Amino acid sequence: MTLASILIQLLNGLAAAASLFLVSAGLSLIFGVTRIVNFAHGSLYMLGLYGAYSLIQFFGRTPLGFWGAVVLAALAVGLVGILIEVLVLRRIYRAPELFQLLATFAVVLVIKDIALFTWGAEDLVGPRAPGLSMAVEIMGRRIPAYDLLLIAIGPVVLGLLWLLLTRTRWGALVRAATQDREMVGALGVDQAKLFTSVFFVGSVLAGLGGALQIPREPANLELDLAVIADAFVVTVVGGLGSIGGAFLAAIIIGVAKAFCIGIGTVTWFGVEISFSKLTLVVEFLIMALVLVVRPYGLLGKPQAAQRAAEPAPRLQVPSWTFALVWLALLALVPLAADRYTTILLTDIVCFALFAVSLHFIMGPAGMVSFGHAAYFGIGAYAAGLLLKRFGLPMEAALLLAPAIAGLFAIVYGWFCVRLSGVYLAMLTLAFAQISWSVVFQWDSVTGGSNGVFGVWPSAWLADKTAYYYLALVLCGAGILFLWRVLFSPFGYALRAGRDSPLRAEAIGIDLRGFQWAAFVLVGALAGLAGAVYAFSKGSISPSSISIAQSTDGLIMVLLGGVETLTGPVVGAAIFTWLRDAVARNTEFWRAVMGGVILLIVLLFPQGLVGGLKALVARWREQRA
Amino acid sequence: MLTRNRLLAGTAALVALSLVGPAAAQAPIKIGELNSYKVFPAFLEPYKKGIELAVEEVNAAGGVLGRKIEVVSRDDNGNPGDAVRVAEELLSREGASFLIGTFPSNVGLAVADFAKQRKVLFIAAEPLTDKIVWDQGNAYTFRLRTSTYMQTAMLIPDAVKLNKKRWAIVYPNYEYGQSATAAFKKLLKEKQPDVEFVAEQAPPLGKIDAGAVAQALADAKPDAIFSSLFGPDLAKFVREGQTRGLFKGVEVFNLLAGEPEYLDPLKEESPDGWYVTGYPWSELKTPEHTKFLNAYQAKFKDYPRLGSVVGYATVMSAVEAIKKAGSLDQEKLVAAMKGLTLITPFGMVEYRAIDHQSTMGAYVGQIGVKDGKGYMKNWRFVDGKDALPSDADVQKMRPKN
Repeated sequence: MTLASILIQLLNGLAAAASLFLVSAGLSLIFGVTRIVNFAHGSLYMLGLYGAYSLIQFFGRTPLGFWGAVVLAALAVGLVGILIEVLVLRRIYRAPELFQLLATFAVVLVIKDIALFTWGAEDLVGPRAPGLSMAVEIMGRRIPAYDLLLIAIGPVVLGLLWLLLTRTRWGALVRAATQDREMVGALGVDQAKLFTSVFFVGSVLAGLGGALQIPREPANLELDLAVIADAFVVTVVGGLGSIGGAFLAAIIIGVAKAFCIGIGTVTWFGVEISFSKLTLVVEFLIMALVLVVRPYGLLGKPQAAQRAAEPAPRLQVPSWTFALVWLALLALVPLAADRYTTILLTDIVCFALFAVSLHFIMGPAGMVSFGHAAYFGIGAYAAGLLLKRFGLPMEAALLLAPAIAGLFAIVYGWFCVRLSGVYLAMLTLAFAQISWSVVFQWDSVTGGSNGVFGVWPSAWLADKTAYYYLALVLCGAGILFLWRVLFSPFGYALRAGRDSPLRAEAIGIDLRGFQWAAFVLVGALAGLAGAVYAFSKGSISPSSISIAQSTDGLIMVLLGGVETLTGPVVGAAIFTWLRDAVARNTEFWRAVMGGVILLIVLLFPQGLVGGLKALVARWREQRA
Repeated sequence: MLTRNRLLAGTAALVALSLVGPAAAQAPIKIGELNSYKVFPAFLEPYKKGIELAVEEVNAAGGVLGRKIEVVSRDDNGNPGDAVRVAEELLSREGASFLIGTFPSNVGLAVADFAKQRKVLFIAAEPLTDKIVWDQGNAYTFRLRTSTYMQTAMLIPDAVKLNKKRWAIVYPNYEYGQSATAAFKKLLKEKQPDVEFVAEQAPPLGKIDAGAVAQALADAKPDAIFSSLFGPDLAKFVREGQTRGLFKGVEVFNLLAGEPEYLDPLKEESPDGWYVTGYPWSELKTPEHTKFLNAYQAKFKDYPRLGSVVGYATVMSAVEAIKKAGSLDQEKLVAAMKGLTLITPFGMVEYRAIDHQSTMGAYVGQIGVKDGKGYMKNWRFVDGKDALPSDADVQKMRPKN
């Protein structure tokens, strides 16, 4: 790279960083105050783009029309944010941690279908900014004038936010709530109003970030999920709740990407390395690196301990008769139902083990994982590759796969248990994404983006019913084993560590060691689920390690109820069945799915099983 | 008013109907169709309309084997695992006779492998991957669409004619972009051994940093660019490249960019002079296309996209296969598909017995701009059979059995 191209790529990176910063600042603000992992933030960004597009059509392509549309679109997105907060989130602030994630996930589905319905499927290419459509020549290279404006907008918004947060009463309240929201509440501040206003400001920032992209990015339906992952990364790398950190992180990631592209393909010691392909994963590599060195991000502070409103309820020991009755019932299904029911149940059984293993780590062990699909996918790939590339018999591949997933969990877990809270969750996501990108790129071994084919079970298991019994036995055993472990001394130690790490260490529990072991255990069992899944499908693709797969796991656990043991199983069953049933019958199935999840969220803030248990308890009380 | 006469007439008509049409009263033949409707709606909404039109025409003409047809559609979520599940559902619960559809390469290949295992006919509609008929080809899978290799090969003559030395390449980083790039490099090198590939950019699908990519390509000072971008990536690349002067004095080749799905959003910014493959729907005057176009516009009050043609031709292929086989037996259907010929809106195509690839062609031309809209100019139709490798090469790639 010449000096000129280095400078230009630097400017490119800074321009890309501007919008990323706006979106991430909003996300950081919302998380800081409300502790909500707002999955719908990317959807708000997408709405900003679509809104600006329509408003410019309406106002005309004049400078006033353009900028008026950008500002109005941002404000309108702010109103959407208020709607989401007032209609949905306000009702579930008291729900267990992370439950709000489920609600925002449902909102993502609904908004996506609304956008499809309103704006149609075709990409909408917006106009260039009037008066700024030309390029400016810098060192013989042409750079769009609009990019230079974006580079300036970033620091301006940062400055305004800084003023807002440090020079106004509202800002003082936001900072106070970020540090200790119970205390702010105890001092008589109306939390509902504060939360709503924070949601408004955060959403406006997301909308503005989107609307400003209109000359650079066609409005399309994939934007929401494309942006949300990047925004989370920026927020976490910068340090949660730190606006300055988000700014710094956005610049680092924007510039790093631009340089990867600028460097292109180089040959070092005879090995060709494509930095351009690295853009697939570079932000996650940066995040992993930052979190390993600085556990609270670049400018973040250790999170203040949240005083839980109520301690997590006691786990009820699952009764053996209950489990056995269900197993027996499930074993009888193939005799009564059709072939497809058996196949759907095989899926459900795999996902149930996947969800239970995730629940083990995020519930009782207190370590939320956003990247649990890593182990599911590695298990699946291990099974497939052992069979196809190493020629092992299917049975051996199936049994070895969990061990390999466990090996990866040993490595990833060692780093992860050093962190806590959302930082830990994001590090698991980083590892999952790194695994995903390796699988996605390594054509000669993993089959690249296509995956591995011909992963069919041995002849004696080729029959779908036979395979269902195998899945039922293996996954059922895995689930029962994990439940049993929770009531062993090991499980009690984990729960002690979750509820009070200090006391647990004081009485001599090697907490990190225990947590590490838990990581490996659930990694191996998620790997088993993945291996069983792979053989039921006959093929494996990178989507089994994707963010979507990890999210599915989280949704299943939260849907069923994180504070119960059977919740994840019920969640897995309902979610898989819903998707099957809803996707079949309606055109706008995503919105319907989102609507159903929202309904469940509002009716059962403890998840389905948690909610049903509460209902039963109340009914018994009334009778007594 | 319901008079006795009308009642009688109605009853008589019903009786007559039941006498006339024992065939019509039979249950329709179900064809199972799956696709990633929600992941690629820009292509698949027109595709779905194409299917509906074909079904309507077939049934209006009395169906096939004396029965009506019904296409049962499912969304596979763009996920191979889900696709295999819904494929199974279509077969075992809906009673579909066989499978058609799919869009992304990985889903297409997964369903193809499933079809082989289940011994069911599968007509892949859209997946462009070369592997589905070659490296991973199997006895039960056929593919309609002009593949990545074929479309790339169609652009080669123009590229050779221009005789440019320094080529830069940009492609979406997954199977389609990778194989387009590999095929282009190989084919061009054969024809023009002194060609040099000076830069290669592989942005993630849907997430191109267009400014940085355009700059990196410009830095390599290419004479020509080969791109396989499409959708939002293409729109961003076009805009950034134009603002930054990347395309000045540089010839650009872009697979698929002439397809209305991807060309129309560019409107007045459609890049003049680019060499593309696509579908100049408004300029085709062949009788088979005119018939299709009129029927489509009459039914949907909209013009067809390439997806519409693919959806329409896929159903027509399925129907012709049933007709030729004279039964719904899988082995007979597969035998009928081999060498099956039919008329599509793009003219006559044949499903080759050697590799199960159809000879559906594509339109090659240059992008022009007229009235603030992009269109294809200087276009010519290239028959698919002229863009395929030699039989010996195909046999080498395709597994025996």
